[in-house]
Amino acid sequence: MGDSAYSFSLTTFSRTGKLLQIEYALNAVANGRTSLGICAKDGVVIATDKKLASALVDVDSVNKVEAVNKSCGFVYSGVGPDYRVLVRKARKSAQSYFRMYREDQPVSQLVKQTASVMQEYTQSGGVRPFGVSLLVAGCDGDGTPRLYQVDPSGAYFGWKATAIGKNYVNAKNFLEKRYQEDMELEDAIHTALLTLREGFEGEMNANNIELGVVRKSDGEFRLLTPEQVQDYLDEAN
Amino acid sequence: MSIFTYNGGAIIAMSGKNCIGIASDTRLGIQFQTVACDFQKVFKMSSKLFLGLAGLATDVQTLEKLLQFRMNLYELREERPMSPKAFAELLSNVLYEKRFGSYFVEPIVAGLNDDGSPFLVNMDCIGAPCLAKDYVVAGTATANMHGMCETLWKEGMESEELFETLSQALLASVDRDAISGWGAVVHIVTKDGVMTRELKARQD
Repeated sequence: MGDSAYSFSLTTFSRTGKLLQIEYALNAVANGRTSLGICAKDGVVIATDKKLASALVDVDSVNKVEAVNKSCGFVYSGVGPDYRVLVRKARKSAQSYFRMYREDQPVSQLVKQTASVMQEYTQSGGVRPFGVSLLVAGCDGDGTPRLYQVDPSGAYFGWKATAIGKNYVNAKNFLEKRYQEDMELEDAIHTALLTLREGFEGEMNANNIELGVVRKSDGEFRLLTPEQVQDYLDEAN
Repeated sequence: MSIFTYNGGAIIAMSGKNCIGIASDTRLGIQFQTVACDFQKVFKMSSKLFLGLAGLATDVQTLEKLLQFRMNLYELREERPMSPKAFAELLSNVLYEKRFGSYFVEPIVAGLNDDGSPFLVNMDCIGAPCLAKDYVVAGTATANMHGMCETLWKEGMESEELFETLSQALLASVDRDAISGWGAVVHIVTKDGVMTRELKARQD
């Protein structure tokens, strides 16, 4: 990791016991576009604000919600290019697991693996931490739907519902009020859209948000098409 | 002399109605000299999963420990038991990693899936799996064992009948093989548990 001139870690402790590089990475995340996730009893939904710099940008060329293996998907807030590196590593890890065990890597294992990669970058020579927080949606080894957040430090948390990025405080408050223990997936999608709209700048439509869903019934992670997103938006109106 | 026949041994696994049986002889020899008659070749990996290893004794023991190690780590990390299918795939990969300097073993994986259905696989020394629904054999008396099993095996045997069939097939096979025998052990696995019995075999 890094060349020989930088075999020391750039992430070092401050006098107060903090790792400032990680704090700054979290700031980068907090400046990123909002993403959120809700875990229902029969599935998980993750969503993000895909607002782009200009109307001239080709929307289809940007993918924020990405499938990592058959049953897991990622979304992020923060630095896009760092995210792509993590998605690539996670996909490779999931394929290695499948090759070894001929079974899909459960989401909890995928999260631990990815988190461990992110931690490595806080303790290796010549590298900086990743400037993203990830939201991971998937089904676990026993089929239970789960939602995880992974931070630049490599810490991970399981959530019932959470939001990251700009405006995450308001979004989380909104979710806290709306979340119910045995929520169904359809309600969760509806709630996710309402939460996303809360802090949305301008008009929210099927082309400037992305939604990913994994259902317990078939254990498959799917990116919703703009048409499907439009249907949900119409219902929410 | 082949490296696979240096220590001798015979293993059979059979499927029954929602149960499996796995049996082996217990001879350890150094070519024609018998050295032990209580050598274990079938290992219980979990309450529903057995591993039988025929071939060079040192590799039998090493591989058993290695797989136990991998399985323990998996179960600690994943917090769930390892399925027979995943175990067989892992074993296949572990063997293939040594493609150009292999372990001299012929493994058999026998277990019950979550739904109670039997799972039987045997492999060559570099991990090529062969799934079977009836029976699998490994060791120095495979020709004899195939003959016996093909004749005696039938579908839907309950645990007692499976035990009889498996025992007869193994005993008759090893009696015609100079380097197998000297005692036998049979395990029958059903959803209610494992039943292990030692057979009274010819001590020659």
